[in-house]
Amino acid sequence: MPFTIKMNGNAHSVDVDGDTPLLWVLRDVLGMTGTKFGCGVALCGACTVHVDGVATRSCITPVDSIGTSQITTIEAIGATSVGAKIQRAWLDREVVQCGYCQSGQIMSASALLATNAHPTDSDIDAAMSGNICRCGTYSRIREAIKQAAE
Amino acid sequence: MIPEHRTSRAARPGRPQSTTALSRRTFLQAGAAVGGGLMLSLSLPFGNGKTEATDGFVPNAFMRIGGDGRIVLTMPYVEMGQGTYTSIPMLVAEELEVDLSQVRLEHAPPNEKLYGNPLLGGVQATGNSNAVRAAWQPLRQAGAIARTMLVSAAARRWNVDSASCRAQSGQVLHAPTGRSIKYGELAADAARMPVPERVVLKRPEDFKLIGTPAKRLDTPAKVNGAAVYGIDVRPPGVKIATLAQSPVFGGRVKNVDDAAAKAVKGVRQIVRLDDAIAVVADHMGAAKKGLAALVIEWDDGPHAKLNTKDIADELERATLNPGVIAETIGNVSSAMAGAATKIEATYQAPFLAHATMEPMNCTAHVRQDGCEIWVGTQALARAQAAAAKTAGLPLDKVVVHNHLIGGGFGRRLDVDGVVRAVQIARQVEGPVKVVWTREEDIQHDMYRPYWFDRFSAGLDDKGMPVAWSHRFAGSSVMARWAPPFFNNGLDPDTTEGAIDLVYGLPSKHVDYVRVEPPGIPTAFWRSVGPSHNVFVVESFMDELAAAAKQDPVAYRLALLDRSPRAKAVLALAAERADWGQPLPERVGRGASLQFVFATYMALVAEVEVSKDGAVRVRSVVCAVDCGTVVNPDTVQAQIQSAIIFGITAALHGQITLKDGRVEQSNFHDYEMLRINEAPAIEVHIVHSSEPPGGMGECGTSAIVPAVANAIFAATGKRLRKMPIDSAALKQPA
Repeated sequence: MPFTIKMNGNAHSVDVDGDTPLLWVLRDVLGMTGTKFGCGVALCGACTVHVDGVATRSCITPVDSIGTSQITTIEAIGATSVGAKIQRAWLDREVVQCGYCQSGQIMSASALLATNAHPTDSDIDAAMSGNICRCGTYSRIREAIKQAAE
Repeated sequence: MIPEHRTSRAARPGRPQSTTALSRRTFLQAGAAVGGGLMLSLSLPFGNGKTEATDGFVPNAFMRIGGDGRIVLTMPYVEMGQGTYTSIPMLVAEELEVDLSQVRLEHAPPNEKLYGNPLLGGVQATGNSNAVRAAWQPLRQAGAIARTMLVSAAARRWNVDSASCRAQSGQVLHAPTGRSIKYGELAADAARMPVPERVVLKRPEDFKLIGTPAKRLDTPAKVNGAAVYGIDVRPPGVKIATLAQSPVFGGRVKNVDDAAAKAVKGVRQIVRLDDAIAVVADHMGAAKKGLAALVIEWDDGPHAKLNTKDIADELERATLNPGVIAETIGNVSSAMAGAATKIEATYQAPFLAHATMEPMNCTAHVRQDGCEIWVGTQALARAQAAAAKTAGLPLDKVVVHNHLIGGGFGRRLDVDGVVRAVQIARQVEGPVKVVWTREEDIQHDMYRPYWFDRFSAGLDDKGMPVAWSHRFAGSSVMARWAPPFFNNGLDPDTTEGAIDLVYGLPSKHVDYVRVEPPGIPTAFWRSVGPSHNVFVVESFMDELAAAAKQDPVAYRLALLDRSPRAKAVLALAAERADWGQPLPERVGRGASLQFVFATYMALVAEVEVSKDGAVRVRSVVCAVDCGTVVNPDTVQAQIQSAIIFGITAALHGQITLKDGRVEQSNFHDYEMLRINEAPAIEVHIVHSSEPPGGMGECGTSAIVPAVANAIFAATGKRLRKMPIDSAALKQPA
């Protein structure tokens, strides 16, 4: 049966099984490929989006669980002030290497800053340890979050 | 560059080119560009070595200066996060006197004849940390030649002496009259100017860009979701497929019941191959659900009972008999016989998966008369050839679109994924994107080889080494991947880091036994040969220091008189890491030193071992001499990256086989270091005007022994097998 989901301010109707993970609805049905597939079981954070502002692993979030919640993806996070700050800090600090995990990193970091304007190192650890970066950009991620929080 | 210490290998890949190898006539031609402007065609020494053959000049890289003043380089390198697409334009911009933003690097189309890289066996590929090393001299020369021709064109137009003109910020200036012309307006004229026979390159002290931190040019699209990786392509009408391959390498599909899979909403087709089944669907969610609904019966084939221990045992046995001599100095047996003390040890390094964050994938559209491929690959021409062969089409009927790579680390030097995608696409109408699940990606990787090492050493009465013997057994990746590099039982990757050590050792014998493991494919992996050789050599060196009851840094320094660059990095790392200062209980520092990929690196790791044996790397101090630094920010980023990669391997990394099946499957049992475990990493770069060394991989090999040596310092336990066994480090009650 078709579902209507609200993403980045617009409503979209998708005809998939209700247990289909949001990740595949975004990437393969709606063509929003900025959200990445990494593990499929919420171990790496590459697929992180915001559901009503909360960092959420879309790879294990069934589309029928979304209801009327607002989904925000990496493509639209720059429209929020926190998201724009994080993106700017990411560029200033040259965080990115291969870049594949960075959509998820940025979504986790912007969700953190939205609720905690001045995160401590342990706040950063807690919010970001679900996001794996195989290029090992962790120290620059930490610096960039701190810069964005200034 | 001739390293200070002896080198025995004439044809070692990755040695920077000497300047004399570049005679202008054979390396560069100039002419008008199609569409206007100046075109320089370069024949870079990374070609297949045939550029001076009778068939004349064969260009393999191109630089075009358009009428708009933009400079476009076409070269066979791929950007995979290592910063090449910024570093190489810096070399050109420096000599050409333009802003970095005016230079763009484009990926060359597949053509092994033009773009083959002999440092990688004539294959068009990016790997072995050699992009900047190979480009260093010729790209700066090309920039200087183009600048000279632009200046000549301006001088002719003004009818003045070219010596009274100079280039600055993308234009030619004539100071006496205050006139200026932009490069774009001169490009067409410059194409008709004579090509200078000789150009003088800038002195290092005059560099404006080289050696200064430059912003990466590929980054902005990677923070807003716009960057397109291979996995993101969506050709019109594309279907998504995922697959199950025989869980045992070499197995076959015996039987499959696909009724339930076909009933899944969105599933379009089940493709059966000899050794794999793919589910083709409207989206990956349906494809995965369909895959889970398949009932597949496998014929496991000859490796059904294979366990890791069988492979390790075979390697151990292989080291009982002599191998092929990789290096021999002096007479080890007589030196050993006269030694005051004899030390022996064996080491093991496990199979490792790449676990690139972007799982393996490839999109293919096979038609009767041609084939199109979309993929992120480190080896473009090889991807094209594999697709052509699998599709049964001539090479010129295969178009490959190369995309950003979500992590390479050597995994994407192999094109098994392209073969698989084309096999599936042959049975599918329209384009199909084949996406490996993480489980398939880990269980059907091609793995960093397992190695077994056997050492012995003799020390004199002062504890200093007089004899060094190292024999090791394992797979040769080069022998499969680039057979011309496997000669008389040896290849330069497998031995790098084991031979040509920086240390002065009066007698030394290194031999290698090639053993290809059954039932598990091997491949390159970040730093490959050195990833194991540096671990064992630097661990064993630490053992010698301990046997001699000497400080491990002082012990190494005493052996470095003939290698001042190595000595300098080790001394610097030790100083910055407060080497020798007291530490709390169960905290220790460990050092390592290496010369691999033409770069000198010393690390000091500080490690804490908890009472239950858990290991935490608290901090790492790195001192590096990588010759001339092109982009210091990239150097720092690559070292941080490679160190994290190596710590992940040391703490967590191993792929094991049970009954022929890879036991690990996802990030819960093939763990990655996370931000809360990542140490502070300090990088100190030693100033040098030597040609650049490789940067992408050094940190990975260097950190593993530094951590193992720090654990020894903290606990007295010597770990000779990776990954670290926490159970062995538990404090006795």
